Amino acid sequence: MSLLAVFDWLQYSSPLVAMRSSAWLFPAIASVHLLGLAMLGGAVLVVDLRLLGLGLTRPPVADVGRDAQPWLVASLCVMVPTGLLLFMCFATKYYYLTAFWIKVGAVLLALAFTFSVRRRVLLAADGAVIAFKRKLVGAISLSLWATIALAGRLIGFP
Amino acid sequence: MSVTSFFEWLTATPGSVALHESRYLFLGVLTVHVMTICVFAGMAAIIDLRLLGLAMRRIPAADLVGRLVPWAVGGLTVMILSGSLLFYAAPLERYGNLFFRAKLVLLICAGLNVWIFHQTAYRRIGEWEFDRRPPPAARVAGGVGLILWAAIITAGRMIPYQQYWF
Repeated sequence: MSLLAVFDWLQYSSPLVAMRSSAWLFPAIASVHLLGLAMLGGAVLVVDLRLLGLGLTRPPVADVGRDAQPWLVASLCVMVPTGLLLFMCFATKYYYLTAFWIKVGAVLLALAFTFSVRRRVLLAADGAVIAFKRKLVGAISLSLWATIALAGRLIGFP
Repeated sequence: MSVTSFFEWLTATPGSVALHESRYLFLGVLTVHVMTICVFAGMAAIIDLRLLGLAMRRIPAADLVGRLVPWAVGGLTVMILSGSLLFYAAPLERYGNLFFRAKLVLLICAGLNVWIFHQTAYRRIGEWEFDRRPPPAARVAGGVGLILWAAIITAGRMIPYQQYWF
């Protein structure tokens, strides 16, 4: 079974057919996805700005990182399921969109980076990580999430 | 001149026609508007959650509000500018849109909420900035703020759907 066939099967499975036939379900799920984006934006931005030496510069990096972590996870718990539903609605259309595949790749990269390299740098004691490495990690994280948001917006273009 | 005829006139101005007719200009402005949600609503959510005593509790409230408000204001400025252009792209249509009207009313409520917070709990922030549970006035401001921003984002997302529903 090819990937396109899997996408086709998902899109035309009965729950998704029902979802598409509703006039308000798609925009409602898209709205929740957008609310998750706001929360994710806040949780990522305060930490990445701190890594770059901006925003909350007084508290230690580890404090900002630890405090933001549950909200990052919570927003991902909103974004991923709603995102999957939005994807399944028009899966076969997205199969042919470059922006969609860029987003999938960037999401996987961002998640791997956030929960490995970035997490280690965040939890390290102040002074244990050189300032340049912190800034680099903050910049990489911001670029990955910005790519995801931008690609996500492009997917929805007519 | 009635409101309707004013918006009719505005709709016919070259700028509005350009925004409306150019696919990429409109979508570009829309992209900026949506992407800036991350900055503005993201910062607003972090501040409101701190006022509720739910997030960023290791960081004193005064420090957090003082450091993040400039970013929120920067985001808000971009949102208002891009939002105004989105309105200008189709003034008559937006004016007649129920979700757009609801969004404006909610925005005024959100502004009032911020103003009330600044007149009350924020004046005494030095007394409670280290409290894990901020005073009731701060928690109310945070809770009301979160609900209003969520409603504003939802109303905005629904603006293009009015024609399908009503």
